[in-house]
Amino acid sequence: MGEVVDHTDSRILDGNTSQSIAECTLTEPSELPPRYQIVDEDGTYDPERVPALTDDELIELYRWMVLQQVIDVRMVKLQRRGEMGTYASGRGQEASIVGCAYALEEPDWLFPYGREATALCIQGMPLRDLLLYWRGVEDANKQRANRTFPPAIAIGTHIPVGVGFSWGMALDDADSISALYHGDGHPSTGEYQAGMNLASVMDTPTLFYCQNNGYSISAPFERQTGAKTVAQKGIAYGLNGIRVDGNDVLAVYDAVRTARAHVADGNPTIVEAVTYRLDAHTTNDDPSLYRRDEEVDRWEEKEPVGRFERFLRQRGVWDRVDPDEIREEANAEFDRAKEAADAYESGGVEEMFKYVYDETPPELERQLAEFEQFLDERPDAYDFIEHRPKG
Amino acid sequence: MNATIVESVNDALHTAMAGDENVVVYGEDVAETGGVFRATQGLKDEFGPKRVLDTPITEIAIAGSAVGLAMYGYRPVAEIQFSGFLPPTFNQLVSMASRIRWRTRGEMSAPMVIRAPYGGGVRALEHHSESLEAAYAHIPGLQVVVPSTPADTKGLLLSAIENPDPVLFLEPKRLYRSFREPVPEEEYTIPLGEAAVRTEGEDITVISWGSMMPETMAAAENLEAERDISIEVIDLRTISPLDRETIVESVKKTGKVAVVHEGPKTGGFAAELVATINEDALMYLEAPIERVTGFDVPIPMLGMEDYYLPNPPRIEEGLKAVLDGGAGT
Repeated sequence: MGEVVDHTDSRILDGNTSQSIAECTLTEPSELPPRYQIVDEDGTYDPERVPALTDDELIELYRWMVLQQVIDVRMVKLQRRGEMGTYASGRGQEASIVGCAYALEEPDWLFPYGREATALCIQGMPLRDLLLYWRGVEDANKQRANRTFPPAIAIGTHIPVGVGFSWGMALDDADSISALYHGDGHPSTGEYQAGMNLASVMDTPTLFYCQNNGYSISAPFERQTGAKTVAQKGIAYGLNGIRVDGNDVLAVYDAVRTARAHVADGNPTIVEAVTYRLDAHTTNDDPSLYRRDEEVDRWEEKEPVGRFERFLRQRGVWDRVDPDEIREEANAEFDRAKEAADAYESGGVEEMFKYVYDETPPELERQLAEFEQFLDERPDAYDFIEHRPKG
Repeated sequence: MNATIVESVNDALHTAMAGDENVVVYGEDVAETGGVFRATQGLKDEFGPKRVLDTPITEIAIAGSAVGLAMYGYRPVAEIQFSGFLPPTFNQLVSMASRIRWRTRGEMSAPMVIRAPYGGGVRALEHHSESLEAAYAHIPGLQVVVPSTPADTKGLLLSAIENPDPVLFLEPKRLYRSFREPVPEEEYTIPLGEAAVRTEGEDITVISWGSMMPETMAAAENLEAERDISIEVIDLRTISPLDRETIVESVKKTGKVAVVHEGPKTGGFAAELVATINEDALMYLEAPIERVTGFDVPIPMLGMEDYYLPNPPRIEEGLKAVLDGGAGT
């Protein structure tokens, strides 16, 4: 594990101090740059740095991480049973998924990329809708009330959009920021570079939140960039960046809290959470083709939920936790969400034609009318649709 | 006022910004210099640097941030300096702008306008002359508007800015300053999706738009004089959504059609028009439809561009081919 960066909250992101991660990277290029850490693998922690969270809040963090585990396990199972579309698991990234979202504030917006189920739930997204989304039901994207944008599946595309959205916040003098979740592949795109550059020029309240989980599908981080870190990508653009141990939920929370204040003042910032994806890229991917079991095993030992449990023990909070009950509750919540998703009735084919425009153009009306007439005349088309092999 | 097309763009932007404080204008060089064609001149002085600003040279971020601003509640009118620089915006137009309303089931939308001077014939550098409107018309959810007169430009641009969905507004730069006409001082709109019949006629319908309109009108006039016929000329004004009704009604009347555009032939918008007429008016056709277009080559640099662009003689020969039922050019 990399050494802990010595800093105080106000100094984490201050590019002028020698503690800036960016500067560490520049001055010690031959070493793996350090990442900010509060709790190590054993659960040993630096009491000076533990963020000011109540015991209840610490337990809440634990609950969210367990929920993420439960969602991932059960979604993958559902996909295997043919009850779910392709799913992107966040297993192994529970701390980085939860720690950042938990550090955001009520008016903030979250722009997801797909592997952050509980982050969306923390923003207020009903779990049912998460299931509907991965089942390919567009209605799941009605998330304005929960201040989330639909997941950006085309890599990088949400970056300039999120920058524009936070530019709107700045014009509006709103007390909010946009948090753009992304992976370590996104900085390879023109969208990312252009968006980050515009953010830096416009001083938009944008948080670039990278979950560096080691791989973009099969390509390891080393195949994405010659740079040692994502955090340092900000240097050339005049942005501050911090690299944090993404499996240490308290470090993530602390870094994002600090970054959020900085961002809200019009300083777009990169937080790079270094973590590891323990599952496949998606349920369509076979990671055994590109990574070794030993590597995965090594990261299993570092996985964040167990580490946080060890911290809670050392902190003296664990005796207030009933882990079995928390897990049962998470499973029960998933059961309820699945029941609601199963009960959800999508509209007919007219759903496809709705909302393309505010006012549907005549030609589109005509295509819909012709299609509906066709379906009336040839109901066997439904049989074909139902029996066609899926997936 | 008596205005050129580029002056109408400027007037429309002043009108829109004065009428709606959420309208924000930005792009490359639009604030300090008023844009390379001066389309945004005076806006920054009048509306201030928060609403009129120069961005870094980044078409991706100009288009992408417009989506975000529009979603947030602003009305961005972004300028892409030349249509040849639109391709970097394509991903944002396809993956984001055109889909926001659909993806969010109407909860959010991207009411934004991207303006770009398009087309050849001004002896510009490479990559300054592209006319790829057909590619953008293929994107569901995006509307594509191409004015050809100063009065239309003002009304269509104001419509585009008020429009609840994203609009690509392609301005025929060859015509920017080529003529003036009376343009009403007051605020007015021309609905998107409505073609204009420039001249009414009985013998053949010619469909065109944007920068090809003067050549098309000249060719029609020449041929009317030469053959003592009457030609109906339709200016589409909006490529997407398409005004099928005006086209079909005209074809039913004349029975003969030619389409003129300056973009490449294959997969060009003329092909869409031919298919549309086949669907709705095939039995009224008395001759095969003729396409007079650019060639399937990149729009040449200034040395050869005048050979590439359809001109009145080529258009006249295309019309004759339809009228005579023979082979075209």
